[in-house]
Amino acid sequence: MKLSGAQILCESLLKEGVEVIFGFPGGMVLPLYDVFPQYPNLRHILVRHEQGAAHAADGYARATGKVGVCVATSGPGATNLVTGIANACLDSVPMVAITGQVSRPFIGKDAFQEVDITGITLPITKYNYQVLDTSKLATTIKEAFYLAKTGRPGPVLIDIPKDVFTELTEFHYPPEVNLSGYHPTLQGHPSQVKKAAKLINEARQPVILVGRGVQISGAYDELKQLAENVQIPVISTLLGIGCFPGSHVLYYGWPGMHGMVYANLALDDADLVIAVGMRFDDRVTGKVSAFAPKAHVIHIDIDPAEIGKNVRVDVPIVGDVKAVLKALNKQVASAQHLDWLNQLDAWRRQHPIEVRDSSSLLPQYVVHQLYEVTGGDAIIATGVGQNQMWAAQHYVFDKPNTLITSGGLGTMGFGLPAALGAKVGCPDKTVWCIDGDGSFQMTLHELATLVQDEIAVKIAVLNNGFLGMVRQWQELFYKKNYVATPLSCPDFVKVAEAYGIPGLQVKQREEVKSAIEQAMAYPGPFLIDFRVEPEENVYPMVAPGSSLAEVMIAPEKPRKVSGSPKLS
Amino acid sequence: MTATKHTLVALVADQPGVLNRISSLFRRRGFNMESVTVGHSEVPNCSRLTIVVDGSTTSIEQVRKQLDKVVDVIKVSEISGDSIVAREMALIKVKSNSANRGEIIEIADLFRASIVDVASESLTICVTGNEEKIDTLIQLLRGFIIKEIARTGRVAMSRGEIGPLGAVSGVSRRQDRGPKFGGSIET
Repeated sequence: MKLSGAQILCESLLKEGVEVIFGFPGGMVLPLYDVFPQYPNLRHILVRHEQGAAHAADGYARATGKVGVCVATSGPGATNLVTGIANACLDSVPMVAITGQVSRPFIGKDAFQEVDITGITLPITKYNYQVLDTSKLATTIKEAFYLAKTGRPGPVLIDIPKDVFTELTEFHYPPEVNLSGYHPTLQGHPSQVKKAAKLINEARQPVILVGRGVQISGAYDELKQLAENVQIPVISTLLGIGCFPGSHVLYYGWPGMHGMVYANLALDDADLVIAVGMRFDDRVTGKVSAFAPKAHVIHIDIDPAEIGKNVRVDVPIVGDVKAVLKALNKQVASAQHLDWLNQLDAWRRQHPIEVRDSSSLLPQYVVHQLYEVTGGDAIIATGVGQNQMWAAQHYVFDKPNTLITSGGLGTMGFGLPAALGAKVGCPDKTVWCIDGDGSFQMTLHELATLVQDEIAVKIAVLNNGFLGMVRQWQELFYKKNYVATPLSCPDFVKVAEAYGIPGLQVKQREEVKSAIEQAMAYPGPFLIDFRVEPEENVYPMVAPGSSLAEVMIAPEKPRKVSGSPKLS
Repeated sequence: MTATKHTLVALVADQPGVLNRISSLFRRRGFNMESVTVGHSEVPNCSRLTIVVDGSTTSIEQVRKQLDKVVDVIKVSEISGDSIVAREMALIKVKSNSANRGEIIEIADLFRASIVDVASESLTICVTGNEEKIDTLIQLLRGFIIKEIARTGRVAMSRGEIGPLGAVSGVSRRQDRGPKFGGSIET
């Protein structure tokens, strides 16, 4: 039986196990939307802006490990996806983006709502397709999903002209792909693994530095085994948070620009860095030439192009993190590094991450209370900026894929739609969006999506009336010249109410806990507008261009508060 | 060949936009491409690229790995260090008249170049060889008036039976190839 291109797309999505599509209709995808009612198992969630669709697919993918799918029409619909696609690309998130395109005879004629989306997204996708032959649609979708989720995951875009959606052809879904130019290496080279094991067995001050690759490959047990067996401290990148339990005695936080002092000092003093599934982003390394100056570096990554790109590497191992760690675990000897761990503990005691004692409402305190009330058992999606750093510093993440945050691209506005996608993917989990007032205003229209599709995301806006992180840089590096950072905001509680979402405004620290409890008790989406200390800064901080050893701490020594969060 | 010039050969799938993907990669990552040539290869539906990269400004290892990541690139190999045959072709149009035509032909002969077009006011010379040979010929012809130069850029191949892409000649040999990135661990 012949099916239309639109039906073939839906059938293929079902074959790929897709359950939900985040999208927004328009002229060129109308034939697709027309057949959606025939496929009740494909849940379509109508966002309010296509950027929200891409971020929601991204949040869904990070929370579930499945491929996120978003749909947009041609032209502006497609270009609105671009930020979300770039975000997924930099953070290696498996995503398939489907865009409508003008009918084939109109392509290249500057037709209404025509844009060269494959040209535009070429450098921000793992691969992209424009389907000009309906008989190749099914194969293309098969390949797209395969590329998106295997190797180093990433977004794949499929651009489909309107007349391909409507054309009838035989449907046959290929059982496997045939991509002669694509064969990711999964097993680490045995001789490289051997060399790495030798370095590990000889190291006196080793550090394991883990990234998102561990989350992607699900190498939690292998990582834990390596760390515990050889007694190696573990630090993570921002995107690696949660792949090793945050409350584990061997976990020492995260390094880099706003990372923990002890994590930065650990890297600075280590004699061996075992980098696992991470890519030495400049926010992690600080000044590259001064990064881990005393250390040999073992770099395990599935993407060979990441090895040696930013940091010199002594033992590169290309392969899937889980497979490589498994092989490595067989060759390393149990060890103790008592002096080294004591040193790290001393640094941690000296510069702990804790909430400063203050009568005003501190954003860090809010995050800490969120941790306390949720018992650490929530998925946290964040915006970008100070709110993101405080969330990552003061919430303790014990489980993988529970911090959903825009790392590489640093996309303000990511929080709410990503939380939405995560909640759709994990309906039984509590999902909080911790956002800033600036970040939140970029995509707050997705509140309507929460209501229409009954998605119970809880929102905590850390509202300081500034574009806080930019203001912090202006304070520290531009002589407090606060240009374009004071930010007027609507009354977020009234905004939420207008969308049909209950909310609370919180100004006093005494009200924080009960407000969070009230939000948790409410069955649907809920917003809390926390009016926090306006000029609070994020510390520690490694200034741009500085080495990790030059990490700055808050100017006034913070005093300890009873019940403050401990990362140990 | 100077030490900083590196020659990469790549077998790529004949897909629409494949050159765009490769040139976009070079532009985006700031790789400096000295020359690129592309044409059909011995494998059906596959083209062969020869890319010359200046190694003094660009990490050749990064270029190779990033090229390898492009899904349409089936195999890429750096052959600078190997024993290779490298050739370039140039067409050079020189202003000439009956007075100097003989002299120009004599120079062309010395370079085993051929005269491919003669007109009353010009001569067009076709020369094949390595870059230095072509550079030298052009240098000599500057004594006359050069009206146009068209150079192809380098094409290259390893000497001997097994080429750098030899392991992938023939499309149906995917099974005996092993992992594509198997050799990439040597950085």
